Amino acid sequence: MRKMLFVLLLGVVLAACGPASTPPQPSTPAASTVAPGGTTGPTVLPTGSIQVNGAGATFPFPLYSRWFYEYAFIDPTVKFNYQSIGSGGGIKQITARTVDFAGSDAILTPENYAAAPGIQMLPTVGGAVVPVYNMAELKDQVALVLDGITLAGIFLGQITKWNDPAIAALNPGLPLPDRDIIVVHRSDGSGTTFIFTDYLSQVSADWKAQVGNAPSVEWPVGLGGKGNEGVAGMVRQNDGAIGYVELAYARQNKMSIARMVNAAGNTVEATIETTQNAMADFGDAMPDTLARSIVNAPGANSWPIAGYTYFLVYMDQTDCLKAQKLVEFIRWALTQGSSYATELEYVPLPENVRNLVLAKVDQITCNGAPLDR
Amino acid sequence: MPQNRSRKSPVEESRTLSVVRQLWRHGDRFFQGLVVLAALAVPALVVAIGYVLWNGSALSRRAFGWAFLYTARWDPAIDRIFGALPFIEGTLVTSLLALLVAVPISIGVGIFLAELAPPWLRRPAGFLMELLAAVPSVIYGLWGLFVFIPAVVRPLGEWLSAHLGFLPIFAGPVFGPSRLAAALVLAIMVSPTIAAFSRDVFQAIPQSQREAALALGATRWEMISQVLVPYGLSGLLGAVILGLGRALGETMAVTMVIGNNLDLSASLLHPGYTMASVIANEFTEATYDLYLQALVEVGLVLFATTLLLHIFARLLIWGVARRIPQESRV
Repeated sequence: MRKMLFVLLLGVVLAACGPASTPPQPSTPAASTVAPGGTTGPTVLPTGSIQVNGAGATFPFPLYSRWFYEYAFIDPTVKFNYQSIGSGGGIKQITARTVDFAGSDAILTPENYAAAPGIQMLPTVGGAVVPVYNMAELKDQVALVLDGITLAGIFLGQITKWNDPAIAALNPGLPLPDRDIIVVHRSDGSGTTFIFTDYLSQVSADWKAQVGNAPSVEWPVGLGGKGNEGVAGMVRQNDGAIGYVELAYARQNKMSIARMVNAAGNTVEATIETTQNAMADFGDAMPDTLARSIVNAPGANSWPIAGYTYFLVYMDQTDCLKAQKLVEFIRWALTQGSSYATELEYVPLPENVRNLVLAKVDQITCNGAPLDR
Repeated sequence: MPQNRSRKSPVEESRTLSVVRQLWRHGDRFFQGLVVLAALAVPALVVAIGYVLWNGSALSRRAFGWAFLYTARWDPAIDRIFGALPFIEGTLVTSLLALLVAVPISIGVGIFLAELAPPWLRRPAGFLMELLAAVPSVIYGLWGLFVFIPAVVRPLGEWLSAHLGFLPIFAGPVFGPSRLAAALVLAIMVSPTIAAFSRDVFQAIPQSQREAALALGATRWEMISQVLVPYGLSGLLGAVILGLGRALGETMAVTMVIGNNLDLSASLLHPGYTMASVIANEFTEATYDLYLQALVEVGLVLFATTLLLHIFARLLIWGVARRIPQESRV
């Protein structure tokens, strides 16, 4: 008797739980105003019946997961699954075709292209990397100004004091102390380091010859912190420290961000706008691979330390339904989805670059045949 | 259920019982096979791990040979030269220093909990210690970076370099994240393990040993130092090896406080690097084969180091155990 009652109760509880786990209801007004991004014809697929898997870069992961979450309200039939295992892992998995798309901060090498013929890089958003510093004397002063050569000198260990003439010349009026500079860098391989060393390689021949440009390099000096939080912690604790983190991280943690003298000779502040300017500067000179370094941009008001993060997809897909869904998602992410990017302090693609990417996405085929538009 | 039992006759019941017994007899053999299989799985796993690491680092081994062990360069960007010396040095220095700090303290804790603590304190203190052993290492890392380094390591480092700075191991300048910071955080992490095991070792010593020592007129201290510690020495060494194992392989906490720098200077106050840290740091973004294989080879070196240290410690224990007369160990 008691058992039966229990079973009955269990049934009631299960029935009550049921509806809650079926389709997610639109929660934000932004999501509900967006028209369905194109449901494939009259066939109605059950919720979450198509799984699109991706893996790769960690830098854009917060944005990607937000995109997937919001996109579930627009097209509930498809479920995206992205594992942020790092760009190297993403490239390896897409090469082995164990995922449907990959994320990468790094630009593919010729060897990568040879191993995965037909692979295409698609910029999704950009990000800015900013020098952050900590010095008691500069707490209530205007932001420190640096230029590329000086920044490279500091990270090469050639400039070791804060009152070095090179820094003083850029900052007349700032009370720069006679203190050792403590350099802090990322210890883990990351897209942030890739962008930062890309910039230093462009502006300093010494840097290019001695250290180079990679997600992880042989640092001549300094402390290595794990992740943004490690760098931020070490900068905070050491009076006289300088490091580099992503713009969003620096802002959210209220760190002192240095201004940079850009290629045009103007002093600029890192913002979403100045970073987007840097992307637009190179927009008309985008190669067919759609992959390009955008550091040291020539524009008058462009932030010099910036880079793209990319999706990696095959131009000719094998699973047509998945391909259709993936293409629809990318179109949505680059258009309506860009508002979420700014919200999370990523930099949406400028008009000219976005059009190039959308045009490339339209050329994706499935087993040689074009996809439905 | 009771109805079932009443339906069966006693004869039937005994028949079922004998069948079960028979099965049990075969079960004996079956069980033996199972246990042997389980025991064989351990060495098989060790061999399998070794094989994967050996196989996965073929490119790197061919490219650098033995020089991998004594090259102090790690340049994945330009020259693509890999050498593990700074990591080997960092791993050995931090682990051994951690043991140097942790062993006296934790054996002291073990003695206190087993021999001296009042009964009402024994349980809660023991419980807290076991809890400390279960704290995830990333917590130790964050705590180390944000609390322990500014509050303890930096002042300690400044004092050491001011007063003992003439010794190369305490040469300045003082950085917060350093080999010293890593060793101290490791010491805190391995202490609970060593303390818990040494407490168990002391508790396992028969009461007769204590009584005999006291009856001969030994003080409590003499009883502990001259009877209990020698009696339990091989067990205590086992506890230390367990601690060493944890220290050698610890990754997350060390990565966060050691400063991750290829600096090979002798100073404990300078940042360093360990084998586990470099693997954790760079594995995700290793974008070409040689780089990846060099990281796997670091793993192989770490594996070999751990194996050698364990073998060495094992030999030490056997040596010690042989020295203790058999009759005192009844």
